[in-house]
Amino acid sequence: MTTIIVIYSILIVCLVLSLWNSREKTKKSFLIAGKAFMKTAPSLLTILGIVGLILGTLTPETISKLIGAEAGYWATLLAALIGAVTFIPSLVAFPLAGSLLRSGATIMTISAFITTLVMVGLVTVPMEIKSLGKKFTFLRNSFSLIGALIIAVLMGVILK
Amino acid sequence: MTTLKQFRTPILLGIIYLILMVWLPGTAQRTIAVTISYAKEMAIIMPAVFVLMGLIEVWIPGDKIQKWLGASSGVKGVLISFLMGTLPTGPLYVAFPLAASLLKKGASITNTVIFLGSWAALKIPQLLVEIKFLGGTFTIVRFVLTLMVIIVMGIIMNILLKKDLENIQE
Repeated sequence: MTTIIVIYSILIVCLVLSLWNSREKTKKSFLIAGKAFMKTAPSLLTILGIVGLILGTLTPETISKLIGAEAGYWATLLAALIGAVTFIPSLVAFPLAGSLLRSGATIMTISAFITTLVMVGLVTVPMEIKSLGKKFTFLRNSFSLIGALIIAVLMGVILK
Repeated sequence: MTTLKQFRTPILLGIIYLILMVWLPGTAQRTIAVTISYAKEMAIIMPAVFVLMGLIEVWIPGDKIQKWLGASSGVKGVLISFLMGTLPTGPLYVAFPLAASLLKKGASITNTVIFLGSWAALKIPQLLVEIKFLGGTFTIVRFVLTLMVIIVMGIIMNILLKKDLENIQE
């Protein structure tokens, strides 16, 4: 909800300023927006379809079962992978991570899950490629995955 | 036809959904419910994002972006990218088209990566939820480590993608 309010407030302020200064240019920006939308529409639909499939099968209960009380590096790796493929809003992810922590998952595992969840987006890769190119997308997601594992290990050491 | 080809994956996914409905109606029901709720979110957010992107393209001159976020913007550029990313503005896929416009207008790779990274992992509303469920210490340590990783990532990617960037910005 806050997201929608913030984004639309920014948009309204910008639109008013734009219209006030030049109707021509405002029209042009709508044309650019329309074109960009048509270009991204297929990948948006793909994201929707995959998100539905993943979240339909990988429910919070299933995730808890997979990385719940398991300790060790395998759980951390698994958590990182689950975080990378899933697409959960933080309002759901943090309570889930909190309950996993209380049920016995290690700090390292939880950090890996949270960090890959927010930074790596396998589901949104098609859209990222459309906007920023293959190489950028590949590098950003790989480095984020490696970075997440480093963060997880450091978190495990620091917060022991 | 190009248009049909572009929609190949969505059509394929639609077929998977149909199979799922016959095979595992329970899972299909959950899947469809999730898809609809995300479709609603996207339908509300995406038009605003695309129009904002159009406005950036039309109004913000390239030399300004280059000055604020370009290769020679230094610490100030890093700070601006970081602050833009932490604004409460929604999921990461929203940021991709915006990042693309910034990049085209002359932002450096380092700053674009920092912008995307803080958008993804260091959002202020997200941090508040994190403190509530995982505690202050966890949140602060993760924040600092993530920020460092993002900056290092930005620097490495800048080196690796320098040549490709020249093609985009020309």
